[in-house]
Amino acid sequence: MELDPVLLSRIQFGFTVSFHIIFPSFTIGLAAFIATLLVRWRITGQEHLHRLARFWTKIFAVSFAMGVVSGIVLSYEFGTNWSNFSVVVGNVIAPLIGYEVLTAFFLEATFLGIMLFGWSRVPPNLHVLAAVLVAIGTSLSAFWILAANSWMQTPAGHEVRDGIAYPVDWIKIIFNPSFPYRFAHMFIAAYLTTSLVVLAVGARYLAQGRFTEDAKTMLRMGLGMVAILTPLQMYVGDVSGLNTEKHQPAKIAAIEAHWDGNKPGDLVLFAVPNEKEERNDFEISIPNGASWIITSKADGLFPGLKDFPRDDRPPVIPVFFSFRIMVGMGVLMLIAGWVGAWLWFRGRLFTTKWYLETVQYVWPLGFIAILAGWYVTEIGRQPWVAYGILRTADAASPVAPSAVLTTLVLFILVYTCVFATGIYYINRLIEYGPKGAAVETPDALPSRPLSAAGEAAHEAIEQR
Amino acid sequence: MDAISLWLPVVWAAIIAVAVALYVILDGFDLGIAILFPLAPNEVRRDQMMNSVAPFWDGNETWLVLGGGGLFVAFPQAYAVIMPALYLPMIIMLLGLVFRGVAFEFRWTAKPNHELWDIAFTGGSMVAAFMQGVILGGILQGIKVENGVFAGGPLDWFAPFPFITGLSLLAGYALLGSTWLIMKTEGTLAVEARRWAKWLLPVVLVTMAIISLWTPLAFDRIAERWFSWPNIVYLAPVPIVTAFVALLCWYGLVKGREAMPFLSTIGLFLLGFLGLVISNAPYLVPSSITVWDAAAVPESQIFTLVGVLIMLPLILGYTAFVYWTFRGKVREGEGYH
Repeated sequence: MELDPVLLSRIQFGFTVSFHIIFPSFTIGLAAFIATLLVRWRITGQEHLHRLARFWTKIFAVSFAMGVVSGIVLSYEFGTNWSNFSVVVGNVIAPLIGYEVLTAFFLEATFLGIMLFGWSRVPPNLHVLAAVLVAIGTSLSAFWILAANSWMQTPAGHEVRDGIAYPVDWIKIIFNPSFPYRFAHMFIAAYLTTSLVVLAVGARYLAQGRFTEDAKTMLRMGLGMVAILTPLQMYVGDVSGLNTEKHQPAKIAAIEAHWDGNKPGDLVLFAVPNEKEERNDFEISIPNGASWIITSKADGLFPGLKDFPRDDRPPVIPVFFSFRIMVGMGVLMLIAGWVGAWLWFRGRLFTTKWYLETVQYVWPLGFIAILAGWYVTEIGRQPWVAYGILRTADAASPVAPSAVLTTLVLFILVYTCVFATGIYYINRLIEYGPKGAAVETPDALPSRPLSAAGEAAHEAIEQR
Repeated sequence: MDAISLWLPVVWAAIIAVAVALYVILDGFDLGIAILFPLAPNEVRRDQMMNSVAPFWDGNETWLVLGGGGLFVAFPQAYAVIMPALYLPMIIMLLGLVFRGVAFEFRWTAKPNHELWDIAFTGGSMVAAFMQGVILGGILQGIKVENGVFAGGPLDWFAPFPFITGLSLLAGYALLGSTWLIMKTEGTLAVEARRWAKWLLPVVLVTMAIISLWTPLAFDRIAERWFSWPNIVYLAPVPIVTAFVALLCWYGLVKGREAMPFLSTIGLFLLGFLGLVISNAPYLVPSSITVWDAAAVPESQIFTLVGVLIMLPLILGYTAFVYWTFRGKVREGEGYH
């Protein structure tokens, strides 16, 4: 069988980046949530906020570790699997990643030590500061990586000579046309994802009648964020889509499964796009709906897939369906957020059993929406890796396909085991709950006899 | 070549050298402790070992990203040759680091059923350390390049020399780990670590000697660099100082000194690194790609250099602050947890 090294590298990169993105999109929001809890604790002196911060910090530690180890892999895959990408756009992209390392990675990784282990080593305000710095680090990281990724979608501020991209204007490179929209969309997505997890955990405890004080705080904070951020995210997503229409019309045509640019576009609710015949099968649609959304006119025209040569079209089916999954998740979030807000307004949030028992299952919505959204934007960019500059097919390394196949199998085995276990442990920490008073750990425990090993270990978990 | 195109690549090579040296030293003792993990007779001792590095490992590992990222920023052509040439060792090293990294967090969460994560911690670290040595050896022995593109096979690195450098780095990290434990812990563990270090130091010195003899014998340009007149006079202090530092390390181990073994082991690593730089400068990929061949355009190098000049002092400052926060010795049964 003939193995295609480009396809294998694409599968491997897609697999490793999909696993990776789950963790930072959770920890970006979680770092901010923990920092908020700690700041509120310093201001109000309410001990349960401190206890909650410690509880979520344990979960943060596990997910952050998984984000770090899976992220380092990506920074090396640019070279191992996409060496021609590195040569062609390295002059422009690499400095952005360099700045991510310098301003974000060191900040978050270093102060994480104090955030996790400094509870009794440093004064409380300094510890809070460390948590704030970790939160700033995670956000800066998102800033730079979105700048780099957005440049790949909508390159600007560069010139191409002899097939190699050279920087001309760094401000234009960083703040390229799609960057502000895509950064806002991703950043809100991260906060929304974390808020949904916090909301679900709070609801789970309250439904079980456990940790009620902590649960109510989580429920209020999580729900408040979900109710406000979901409509905001929908608005930002819409604006981002209009920006995409301007710069990457083929992606929008694939999202809408719009074939003929000479006719107004219908809003396709469901269909099976038929790429061979260039039409949709089993279509259910609202006439002229897509034209109305994109051009603000019922009979407005926008490019269809047939306006692009077959070689320049993205794969339609994955883009089309991923987009609908993302929007579907958004609708569910809106229902969860607004029903909860209504109950809250009526003073029945903590007592409405059916709501609590349902909403405890919303935790995966954000993750699914983020993965689906990234599939839309990344597959929708195909066949380009850097839009208009370098095709994905020309970006791969001169590596033997057998070597890529070997590592792909290894990645699938290792990631499945390691990250499934990690998620199992996170669930166990949640099951265990924010137990114990938030007492200060004695600075130095006395040496223990060997027989106390088990006990010491158990305390280590509890006190962390 | 104008002055900027002449000097910028040299400055960037120095920055990457600093990042790699800091990575090797800082993550070296983390990995070394994990390599020594199975020698610890019980869980209390293993907890103590892990606690001595737990607040630092994440920051330490970040230097690896700066080393790799720096190569991507400043020398994309070299990055695009080295990474595919050492594809399998790179990916296997990264997978080793995956196991090592998650073990830090999973082990505490899994207690009391954490035996598998003890194995993952040690196994992942040994694989990562050995593969880092293999990568070093693979670069030193030369990469087949045609028209600036890697043109070799997927197993070119599978040769005796990278195997030796792999073992050397494994032993070197273990020595760093054991001397770190002498300095950072107390009680029985510190005594045992001293015993381990006394075994490891000779092993490290022997492997360093093998590499020092192998490279000039195998590569004429390296023999030329070291043994031609007058280089031999200028470079003679390098092996002499190395021998002196090795004696200092041994002296510190025997005389019960606490910091001297660790500091002199760092000295040995830096001298070994210096030796490799002397042997191979100005090549990034010996003997086909120099720092000037592979350099990114000055605009890119300068833009990121500004960031390095501002951020690096800050990073070093807050890194020192975290080490200072967790200063002092870690006792048995005591954790920061």
